[in-house]
Amino acid sequence: MKELKILAVVASLVLVTFYGIEPYAHHVMHPEGKPADFKFSDLKNVDTSLKGDVTAGKESFVNNCTACHSLTADGFDPMMSDADSAAAYGVTPPDLSLAGRIYEKNFLANFIFDPVTATKVEHKYPANGSKVYPMPAYSWMGAQEIMNIVAYLESVSPKAIDEAGLASLAAKEERTLFDVSREQNAEVFKSACGRCHDMKYGGLSATTPKVTIQGYMGSTPPDLSQYIISRGSHYLDGFINNPQEYLHGTGMPRVGLSEQAQAEVIEYMTQVGDPKKTEREELGPKVLLYLLIFAILAYLWKRKIWSEVH
Amino acid sequence: MAEFKKADSMLEWFDQRLGVINFSKVMMTEYWIPKNINFLWAMGALLMMMFGVLLISGIFLLMYYKPDVALAFDSVNYTIMHDVAYGWLFRHIHAVGASVIFLVIYIHMFTGIYYGSYKKGREMIWLSGMLLFVLFSAEGFSGYMLPWGQMSYWAAYVITEIFGGIPVIGGDLVVWIRGNFYVSDSTLTRFFMLHVLLIPVVMLGAIAFHFYSLRFPHVNNEAGEFFDYDVEAEKYLAGDKKGSKVIPFWPVFLAKDFFVMGVFLIFFFYLVFYYYGFAMDPVNFDKADGLKTPTHIYPEWYFLWSYEVLRGFFFEMFGISGKDLGLMAFAFANGIFLVMPWLDRSPTVAPANQRPYFKIWFWLLMIDLIVLTIFGKLPPTGANAWVGFASSLSFIVLFLALPVITTLEAKKLGAK
Ligand code: HEC
Ligand code: HEC
Ligand code: HEM
Repeated sequence: MKELKILAVVASLVLVTFYGIEPYAHHVMHPEGKPADFKFSDLKNVDTSLKGDVTAGKESFVNNCTACHSLTADGFDPMMSDADSAAAYGVTPPDLSLAGRIYEKNFLANFIFDPVTATKVEHKYPANGSKVYPMPAYSWMGAQEIMNIVAYLESVSPKAIDEAGLASLAAKEERTLFDVSREQNAEVFKSACGRCHDMKYGGLSATTPKVTIQGYMGSTPPDLSQYIISRGSHYLDGFINNPQEYLHGTGMPRVGLSEQAQAEVIEYMTQVGDPKKTEREELGPKVLLYLLIFAILAYLWKRKIWSEVH
Repeated sequence: MAEFKKADSMLEWFDQRLGVINFSKVMMTEYWIPKNINFLWAMGALLMMMFGVLLISGIFLLMYYKPDVALAFDSVNYTIMHDVAYGWLFRHIHAVGASVIFLVIYIHMFTGIYYGSYKKGREMIWLSGMLLFVLFSAEGFSGYMLPWGQMSYWAAYVITEIFGGIPVIGGDLVVWIRGNFYVSDSTLTRFFMLHVLLIPVVMLGAIAFHFYSLRFPHVNNEAGEFFDYDVEAEKYLAGDKKGSKVIPFWPVFLAKDFFVMGVFLIFFFYLVFYYYGFAMDPVNFDKADGLKTPTHIYPEWYFLWSYEVLRGFFFEMFGISGKDLGLMAFAFANGIFLVMPWLDRSPTVAPANQRPYFKIWFWLLMIDLIVLTIFGKLPPTGANAWVGFASSLSFIVLFLALPVITTLEAKKLGAK
């Protein structure tokens, strides 16, 4: 009884200290940002209720976009090498095969209308400033034409394979579910982040060469291999959705991912940055059970030995 | 050479050559411990076990770690964490173990203070314990640098910078410690040497000395009672186990320790698997970058209280700059526990709750240390800075007052 009292005193001192240096300190040092807004409701330049026409969209796309962007899913290969296009535009324009799937529709339409406001980098490209964003704004297009392009992009974009599909793919190719799922998520990462960021532990380098991106952004975008651990999924969820909210004045653009695509990117960052998560969670209970048995046996032995001296 | 007769058993064979029977008596079965103790007396055994855990997990890490600024980060975060089978487990055990061992050290230390186990013949136990504390602190600090993350780098920068405050030699000393003008590859490699060789070797010696210093005064007990160990031991050996005030180290004392270890290990491995972030700071998973100061720099939790004493004095007083005052206070805080046996002027060895003034002093100290620890992590702005100042000042005042308080207490108890 007395020992339990002592234990309670020790435990409460430890808990108070713990509360102060962990949850409370984190709360003070990393205040909550605004929750993610996957509708991008601040963007209102294009009427997204219009129904787009795929064939007309493809025509507009060929006329306006293929000079810079590839779209391999529909047979448009890149015009130049990654390094050359990076040299030409400052950053390698991404392949748009997945664009229709991974970007949220309202964001995508408004991005085509005016990339600078959509990505929230006005501070880097002020109106009538000397620096010009590499991709032209298509504000001269009517909303209908923009929605045609969006419809086209959506139609060519391969659909995401669901869990069951991945499982049967894994079985067919004799690979683990982890590997095929990571491969699928990697594609999303490459399309959305891969022109700027390395993912070294996943074997990916940014398509834009280091010196070029450094000149384009003013700083080198970090290798994201360990960011799932250093920032945590909660922060990433808010940050990717709206970087300016978390790093005021940062050069990192708002990328405009849909809720699902963003979850896939974060899942990929977890698969690369913390690949032993499953192993850890499986081993934990076994070790704890073993120790519990040890503690019980130790208690019984102690009782036996001490019954002789008390 | 002595004459050897043919041994009848393996035990005898070894006994003839190594005196194992006598040795185990002296070390185990006839090494006497008071019976009147609670689980707080198991902390020493826990520390020994944790040291073993750190040693073994450290050796495994050492097989893949590379002490070079270009390789260190990836060797830990990629090779050990991703590539090597169960490398992550060893790293988690090592990092969480290094953090949790300080919790046990602090409990051990404050148990000693609470029960007055540092005086009346136990001074050398206390001093050797404090030596171990210093060594463990140096070990923790040098180890934290090895993964070469942002916190590794900036904590190393801030802590080595402290030595620059020493008059006259300060500037040169910092360069000497770092092996360069800034924290660099030479700094990493020498701290690696300290972490895996010099400090652990000295630690082994210090542990042996700590144990040896326990032999003559014996460990204290819950009542602070002094009694004749020979008489009590004889009673025990004669079969009066219930009446004797002592128990043998093996098996009786250790039987209880094993149970405490079992409970502790459940707690420890829970942290290893599910809650390790407090010991492996997320910020340290960003690679060291000397050009990018992190928004918040703080040391590991176990250094927070003395770090806060360093930061607490942030303005000029008596014509001395805040920085210098902080350094002086920091030096005071790190040295003062060492002289604890001579600050307590009362001859009474008893638990604090039976000492009218010391009791209050003890709990004030605990509160002050907790406040210092918590505010040591928070950004030192606004009201936080003043809380830091007040608690740093209280810390110093508490220790300056201790001789007076205990003298008065001795008078009061003596007069009764
Ligand atoms: C002059 C070259 C150029 C043209 C023409 C161009 N783009 Fe781009 N586009 C870029 C560059 C460069 C980027 C990357 C900009 C950055 O990341 O800072 C980009 C990025 C994008 C993105 C990624 C947006 C995001 O949120 O990350 C999409 C989608 C896109 N373009 C669609 C289009 C469409 C649709 C067209 C045709 C209507 C088009 N682009 C025409 C150069 C171009
Ligand atoms: C056009 C280039 C570009 C693209 C595309 C891009 N980023 Fe970034 N990102 C940057 C730059 C530049 C920084 C550095 C920002 C700074 O330090 O201000 C950065 C920083 C970051 C950070 C670190 C934030 C912090 O707290 O330090 C994260 C996380 C991140 N990006 C994630 C992503 C993800 C995920 C994607 C894809 C969905 C992505 N980025 C797409 C340029 C980009
Ligand atoms: C002789 C025994 C030891 C050896 C051989 C050893 C070895 C190592 C090695 C190679 C590393 C780098 C890998 C890593 O960061 O995880 C490391 C890290 C570390 N060590 Fe030790 N170590 C020993 C004992 C200790 C002790 C007793 C302590 C506690 C005070 C300690 C505290 C640390 C800390 C805090 C780290 C950083 C952990 C991290 O951030 O992951 N080490 N050690």
